[in-house]
Amino acid sequence: MKIVDTALIRIFNVSKHYGSKPALSQISLEIFKNEFVFFTGPSGAGKSTLLKLLYLGESFTEGQVLIDGMNLARISKSRAHILRRKLGIIFQDYKLIPGKTVFQNIALVLEARGMGQRLIQKKVQSILRTVGMEDRSRAFPLGLSGGEQQKVAFARAVVGEPKIILADEPTGSLDADAAENIFDLLTTFHKRGATVLFATHDTSLIRNTRHRIIHLKQGHLQV
Amino acid sequence: MSNRFLNSVTIVTIGLSILIVSSFALFFMNTNALLDFWRKGIRVLVYLEPQATEANRLDLRYQIQQMENVQEIHFISKETALKRLKDQMRNHSSLLENLKDNPLPDAFEIRIIDTSRELTNVAALAEKIKSLSQVEEVEYGQHWVARFSHIINIFRFIGYAMGGLFLFATLFIIANTIRLVLYSRKEEIEIMRLVGSNDRFIKTPFYIEGLILSALGGIVGLTALFAAYRFVLSKFHSSLSLGLLEIKFLSIEQYFLFIGGSMLVGWVGCYLSLKQFLKN
Repeated sequence: MKIVDTALIRIFNVSKHYGSKPALSQISLEIFKNEFVFFTGPSGAGKSTLLKLLYLGESFTEGQVLIDGMNLARISKSRAHILRRKLGIIFQDYKLIPGKTVFQNIALVLEARGMGQRLIQKKVQSILRTVGMEDRSRAFPLGLSGGEQQKVAFARAVVGEPKIILADEPTGSLDADAAENIFDLLTTFHKRGATVLFATHDTSLIRNTRHRIIHLKQGHLQV
Repeated sequence: MSNRFLNSVTIVTIGLSILIVSSFALFFMNTNALLDFWRKGIRVLVYLEPQATEANRLDLRYQIQQMENVQEIHFISKETALKRLKDQMRNHSSLLENLKDNPLPDAFEIRIIDTSRELTNVAALAEKIKSLSQVEEVEYGQHWVARFSHIINIFRFIGYAMGGLFLFATLFIIANTIRLVLYSRKEEIEIMRLVGSNDRFIKTPFYIEGLILSALGGIVGLTALFAAYRFVLSKFHSSLSLGLLEIKFLSIEQYFLFIGGSMLVGWVGCYLSLKQFLKN
């Protein structure tokens, strides 16, 4: 009973179709508070689609999803920000705003929440130190390497202290060192209490892990 | 397309719309002033029957004085009228030299109270005086004043129609420009949403941008109008002013009213495109 009580994400019989093509079929699972879960499987298995459903990047065709007590089917587009403020999302293509500096990209998360400039300054500097990018705060994303851009994207994802970190192939475009760096950062924040959902097809990352691994194949859960 | 280029195009197009609408407004303002000036000059002239006696005259004077809207009444005897005519025709005095009898009638000249100079009031008064006995004719320049008023009314109607049309054109231009800006920043807006921004946080900068662009457009349009006004004034002042009437520019209140109107249209344009864009 105790385990059920701490389930942070509950997915019941969720399916997603693109037209007549199923991307996810009848997925049911629970993810618990402070868990670190890997989603693996080949390209097109539905890993990214599943994460997209969780941050309302896509809507599901059928089923129910509950995140921290919120029923996703009942959240309108104009109220999606309430859910997203509980989440920190990291993408394979970083999704940084090219016209804003590193500092501005990260500060955006806190500005959107109405935080005061002084506190924003403090928090952004602190997170930049954590990811080792404090000397690049005035740089623009396109002037950074892939690994550096992903560090900035990571900093942006965690600066708002989210309960859940959704990492969609965050190491997919990085070399081995940079990938390890990002993985270490995710581990650090997991230890600080965040729940981490990590989608990857990189088997080297999961080879010796003691975390839960969920395999997906052609939109189905592999037991 | 760069934002700077888009912004410049928007400011210029809003400026043009404001220029056209404000030109009409300025035109009406001045023609109305002209009409008013002419109206102020309206005197009602009451010509008496040739056989009218002194007693008739006094009676008529009394009756007219009692009427509503009458401010002043002067008697102009036919001798005074002839003398005035001779004065006016000094250069052609030979034409009047051989007159045996004075052909002009006795008359009353009536001035009307300022507030009653609407054409219908004057017409009603004239009609009332004409029905009195010993009155031969009543005249107040009705034909040309009525015709001029009619023309002004047609212009006014065209002005409203054009104003409305350009208002919608401006609205359309602003809405589309903001839409273009939104599309050019589609990815940025999507990222903002993903990191937890609500619609208000996303919309605010666009509203500010729309308001600044429309205010600048308004200033550009009115500056162009002022330049055109100065040009017209310097070139045609003597023939247009009639020596008495000054061609006026917008008052400071009207100037700010136009800027405010432009900003309002800008705001509505933003509202429309943001509403549509954020729904998708």
